Amino acid sequence: MLQVDGLQVVQGDFALSADFKIKAGQRVAVIGPSGAGKSTLLGAIGGYIPIVTGRVVVDGRDITNAAPDKRSIAMLFQDGNLFPHLTLAQNVGLGLRPALRLTADERQQVAHALGRVGLGDLGARKPGDVSGGQQSRAALARVLVQDRPLLLLDEPFAALGPALRAEMLDLTSEVARHTGATVLMITHAPEDAERAADQVLFVDGGQVDAPRAVADIMANPPEALRTYLGR
Amino acid sequence: MAQRIGAISGPTAAGTVVALILAALVAVLSRADWPVVFGPADWAVLRFTVWQATLSALFSVAFAIPVARALARRRFAGRGLLVTLLGAPFILPVIVAVLGLLAVFGRAGWVSQGLGWLGLPPLSIYGLTGVVLAHVFFNMPLATRLILQGWQTIPAEQFRLVGQLGLPPAVVFRTLEWPVLRQVVPGALALVFVICLTSFAVALTLGGGPRATTLELAIYQAFRFDFDLGRAAILSLVQLAVAGGAAVIALWVLPPIVLQTGRDRQVQRWDARGLWPLDTMWIGLAAGFLLLPLGAVVVSGLIGLGQMPASVWSSTWTSAWVATLSAALLIALALSIAAWLAQARWGGAEALTLLGLAASPLMIGTGWFILIYPWAAPVRFALPVTALVNAMIALPFAVRILLPAMRQVFVDYGRLSASLGLHGLALWRIVLLPRIRPQLGFAAGLGAALSVGDLGVVTLFADPEVATLPLQMYRLMGSYQTNAASGAALILLGLALGMFWLCDAWGRRHVAG
Repeated sequence: MLQVDGLQVVQGDFALSADFKIKAGQRVAVIGPSGAGKSTLLGAIGGYIPIVTGRVVVDGRDITNAAPDKRSIAMLFQDGNLFPHLTLAQNVGLGLRPALRLTADERQQVAHALGRVGLGDLGARKPGDVSGGQQSRAALARVLVQDRPLLLLDEPFAALGPALRAEMLDLTSEVARHTGATVLMITHAPEDAERAADQVLFVDGGQVDAPRAVADIMANPPEALRTYLGR
Repeated sequence: MAQRIGAISGPTAAGTVVALILAALVAVLSRADWPVVFGPADWAVLRFTVWQATLSALFSVAFAIPVARALARRRFAGRGLLVTLLGAPFILPVIVAVLGLLAVFGRAGWVSQGLGWLGLPPLSIYGLTGVVLAHVFFNMPLATRLILQGWQTIPAEQFRLVGQLGLPPAVVFRTLEWPVLRQVVPGALALVFVICLTSFAVALTLGGGPRATTLELAIYQAFRFDFDLGRAAILSLVQLAVAGGAAVIALWVLPPIVLQTGRDRQVQRWDARGLWPLDTMWIGLAAGFLLLPLGAVVVSGLIGLGQMPASVWSSTWTSAWVATLSAALLIALALSIAAWLAQARWGGAEALTLLGLAASPLMIGTGWFILIYPWAAPVRFALPVTALVNAMIALPFAVRILLPAMRQVFVDYGRLSASLGLHGLALWRIVLLPRIRPQLGFAAGLGAALSVGDLGVVTLFADPEVATLPLQMYRLMGSYQTNAASGAALILLGLALGMFWLCDAWGRRHVAG
């Protein structure tokens, strides 16, 4: 479960406020125009942007001031999700142990995760030697072994083509279902939200609206969202 | 918020370096005779120091501009090699270059012989001429690279437009080349000026006497010949004030120093098609000026190899381990400081490292000699102190090489590392060191080569028993064993280039994607 209470974030002359609750296991699309504050919202929840006031609670634990790795969160960024000088297996292994000294059991876990995302025999390759889609799969394999209750996606698949992106969103849903994680994903495409989300958080001008079911909000969008979607 | 990497070790390393310099300064001050008397001879030294640095800067940059312009306009086989060669003087031991310059321009050199056939008197390059000649040899390539880099920032599209419109060279110069030149030249002048202000080995070998002594050389002479610590102290203070002042001024106009080789971007040029004889002449002049002395070192070195005393081999070994120690110290200091500065929000941090250029090695050496003297025989510390001072002198360069790469790692992978909980040693081992490996190898190679070729602080401490290779070579030259000195020069050249190559090749291996 993710609970955001009276959150206030200030970055330069931009301010963001949010107050919402998401039930465990829900997949939530974060939609809104550029500069609305989508990345700021995820950055603040992820622990990269200092929170001025308010609380962030994940599964009953207050993580407002915790370090990024101590927040029960797995996060994928727009780019640079894999270290190019490490093999895919090593990159996945980092999700288990940051010092990378894995036990035989943990190595087994890594191999299993790679198998689940369809990279069974590519663990020894480096990111530069595989395709963009395979890189995304490796990052998702890491999310799988991290096994955190909250997953944040800051458009990690934006550079992929439409078919591949849809494939990755399905895989993300599968991974989230497996770990039982709550998912917050930024997206620009309403069809992505319809495909891979249960709810929508609409962000505009530093304001985060209350979450609404996807089918509901798409059928009956508020004025600002209608303008953004061009409908 | 987790503890930042280098948050403790960075300030500690920087503080240690500053403390070592300050301790030397205090020691020197304690020996100065107050009130300070700055005699006419000292004024002559100061005047010569500034004058030779001014001339060296002017000639280096004046020679560099047409060479850089020719290299920017022409594509020819071996061009890449020549541009790489322009980086070589930086790691070339000064005394080796001096030997090469003497072989070409000296009284018995090739040029003088040629003049003799024409019935003209031979050249003499001892004194101001020789000092400036050697400084131009070392700094013209540096200035050329700075100017070339400046021109390479002009987008290729603009030169395509030049070709499309058929603009003549004069117009291209006025509209494209001149604005860049105006930005780069003051910085290049300032950099060469500062480097030449603290020149020691060139002045020691080609200068000397009342009319060609730099401040650094005067410190050495006051210390070594007269053991006049008071005078050495005063000269050190003047040196610190002059070089420090110049470095502070230089900070305002200095271009970013990019020492990396092989980043030469090819731009198709359509202008200046008819001017190739002129460009060929400048490129030929520059290549000859750089290659002939090096060729002379190799040829005379091969002849001299058989005539070397055994002491050359023992000092080769000494130099190799001093340089290894120095490079290790350098990397430890530079990594800590660069990691710290890379995360600092304060933009001036990078520029401040350049102030290290102003620190005079001879002043630091003199100070530490005074500090060690009451407790132990300074001679016993000659080699460790040499290694340490060499590391401190190379530190500004090493930090400037590592810093941009390190900053990029934090930009690209800082958030990912934080989200995965990579801290401390794991962050160094898994992320930072592998990502900056090429820069690390380059900086270590530079440090090792600079240390191996250094003829500076070791001259203060040295006793007849222990000597580094450059010192051994200097002694052979001083006792007119020219062939043996040439052989030692070839070994020194091989050692400096070899150590650089070893480190640099290590860095380039497995360059990550």
